[in-house]
Amino acid sequence: MSNLFYLVTLLPLAGFLINGLFGKKLKNEKLVGAISTLAVFIPFIIGVSTFFELLSMEPESRKIILNYYNWISAGNFTVNYSYLVDPLSISVVLIVTGVGSLIHFYSIGYMHGDPGFAKFFAYLNLFIFAMLNLVLADNLLLVFLGWEGVGLCSYLLIGFWYEKTFTGDAAKKAFIINRIGDFGFMLAMFFIFTNFSTLEISKFLDGIAGLQVGDTLLLTIALLLFLGATGKSAQIPLFVWLPDAMAGPTPVSALIHAATMVTAGVYLIARTSLLYAMSPIAQSIIFYIGVLTAIMAATIALKQNDIKKILAYSTVSQLGFMFIALGTGAYWVAIFHLITHAFFKALLFLGSGSVIHGMHEEQDILKMGGLKNKMKITFVTFFIGSLAIAGIPPLSGFFSKDIIIFETFITFGIPFLIIGLLTAGITAFYMFRLVTLTFFGKPRYDEKHLHPHESPATMTIPLIILAVLSAIGGFIGIPEVFGVPTYLKEWLYPVFAKSVAVLNSLHVVTEPSHTAEFILIALSVFVAVAGILFAFKTYIKKVSFEPSSGFGKVLENKYYVDEAYDKVVVDPIQKTSEGFLWKIFDMKIIDGAVNGIARYISNISFDWRKLQTGVIQDYTSVSVAGVILIILYLLFV
Amino acid sequence: MIEINYYLLVSALLFCTGVIGVLVRRNAIIIFMCIELMLNAINLTFVAFSSYLGNINGQIFVFIVMTVAAAEAAVGLAIVIALFRNKESVNIDEINILKW
Repeated sequence: MSNLFYLVTLLPLAGFLINGLFGKKLKNEKLVGAISTLAVFIPFIIGVSTFFELLSMEPESRKIILNYYNWISAGNFTVNYSYLVDPLSISVVLIVTGVGSLIHFYSIGYMHGDPGFAKFFAYLNLFIFAMLNLVLADNLLLVFLGWEGVGLCSYLLIGFWYEKTFTGDAAKKAFIINRIGDFGFMLAMFFIFTNFSTLEISKFLDGIAGLQVGDTLLLTIALLLFLGATGKSAQIPLFVWLPDAMAGPTPVSALIHAATMVTAGVYLIARTSLLYAMSPIAQSIIFYIGVLTAIMAATIALKQNDIKKILAYSTVSQLGFMFIALGTGAYWVAIFHLITHAFFKALLFLGSGSVIHGMHEEQDILKMGGLKNKMKITFVTFFIGSLAIAGIPPLSGFFSKDIIIFETFITFGIPFLIIGLLTAGITAFYMFRLVTLTFFGKPRYDEKHLHPHESPATMTIPLIILAVLSAIGGFIGIPEVFGVPTYLKEWLYPVFAKSVAVLNSLHVVTEPSHTAEFILIALSVFVAVAGILFAFKTYIKKVSFEPSSGFGKVLENKYYVDEAYDKVVVDPIQKTSEGFLWKIFDMKIIDGAVNGIARYISNISFDWRKLQTGVIQDYTSVSVAGVILIILYLLFV
Repeated sequence: MIEINYYLLVSALLFCTGVIGVLVRRNAIIIFMCIELMLNAINLTFVAFSSYLGNINGQIFVFIVMTVAAAEAAVGLAIVIALFRNKESVNIDEINILKW
């Protein structure tokens, strides 16, 4: 099916054009929704078929390169519009199109009645197009095209309800912070091209192989690419846009800010894993930032009351886990967690959308309660998703998180193991705080005027499908201790083989004993269960809520990071721009120069026009004088 | 034979007189007379050279110059009359509106 592979990106683009140009005229919500969903679902089918095609090939040669168009050809700078289909890219393509089609289907119900219905689906399709280009690209410039494209769509979709000011502000914040990361990405591309004369990822990685481990050039490129990744995947220091992005419609939060766009950074680093294997310093930095982000975001989520903000900080925290995995050199584990996280986080977001719809746009969990009987399907699926993220076996989240904690232990030792377990415990706690306050207990809303109801089938069917995936999705990556092959690790092995070989050559890998592994598994489960029970016990009886004080207040205000950025970065820039660049440089210097030249010429002409006296004899005298001068010149020179 | 230098000298003097007249005199008609004076000085130069070089071309050209002078005088005087009808004066110091 790979000869039809171009349809994978062409169909979403076509969906964008059709719905964008004609969607409003069609006046049929079901048709618009169907076009959009099919534009993502058919690529999923093609992806599945290509997956089986790859499976039938020899593991070492599972690579299909599809060159479509010679995009740029300027001297020795050539860039082709070509796709690299290998185990890594096809896995992420399946996630993007699969979870994407479920979310498109869900949106038909969620966005029902919205005046911008067709525009929404057009933007969603454009996003899928850009994301697929990002994942499939075989050279960094095409990745960057997709990278910028998803940033643009994120801006368009966050600010979808543009009539409200705060959504526009959130969209701008997301885009601007992304751009800071993009600056790092671009610099990295410049360095790569200058030193390796190519932007093709495979050629670049071949070129690196000849260099020394720890080479400063590699370190620079690695750190710059990581800066781009922190912007896109909301890590410290560029994570502040993600919670604000919750201003957009919930399907947007589910698709872009949980399952796909935010994973682009993780994907980029996994793609260029050899670079990081050869730059141990950069890899350690990724680890430390991942750890810091994971625990920081988890603690903030403890004190948030908006259902979507809790999930947003949860996403930042789980992305931190993915970067932890990358930082320990277990690249396939990061992709594993990416996949399982896509399942349960999309489920949780779509479930929260169902709750918000049922509660008539209420998002404050302090004003909910007792919904488990009123929204049964939403409750059951949400509960499954929460169990998954908390890491309860045998759901998917347990397997991926457990391996991450395990790898942390064997590469960085006990202190970080403790931090990892602590974060996992906090994760379980805040998730079940959310579940308890929303679904259990007595209703804390006005039952006379608000009647929560279950959502229609177009919204609950995706929830059920995602719940099933969250439950069984982990079985692709069961650790070897249980005697079953780790399918995902073997599947992704050819992509990461070189990087793993470099890492193995740098330090001896001590395979810990099976007992150690079982102890760790037991610890993870214990921490998760403890978190769940503790949260349930604390919040089941809560009816009133005191304002936070002390450290709780710091958490509620998100460690005052936004305020700090405002004071340190935004205000100085604004003051310089307004006070100096505008008032002095633009108004006085530039305008002064331009107006000054005009005034100068005007003054000169004011004096020179006195030559025109109107008296003919003056003019004639000048002519005669000129003639005399010419005669003298001809006579004597 | 009178040497050609003398003819040229007379012609030059006549021409300079004409030029100075154009530059200095105020009456438009006097200026026209000075212009005619310049043209005739040129005629004299042509004829002198024609005789000196034995070439008839100079004398033929004098015919042309005379014709042009006549036509130009007619047109110029017509303009002066039109000007006089508007301004009641042929003093060119007063015709100075086309200025800053």
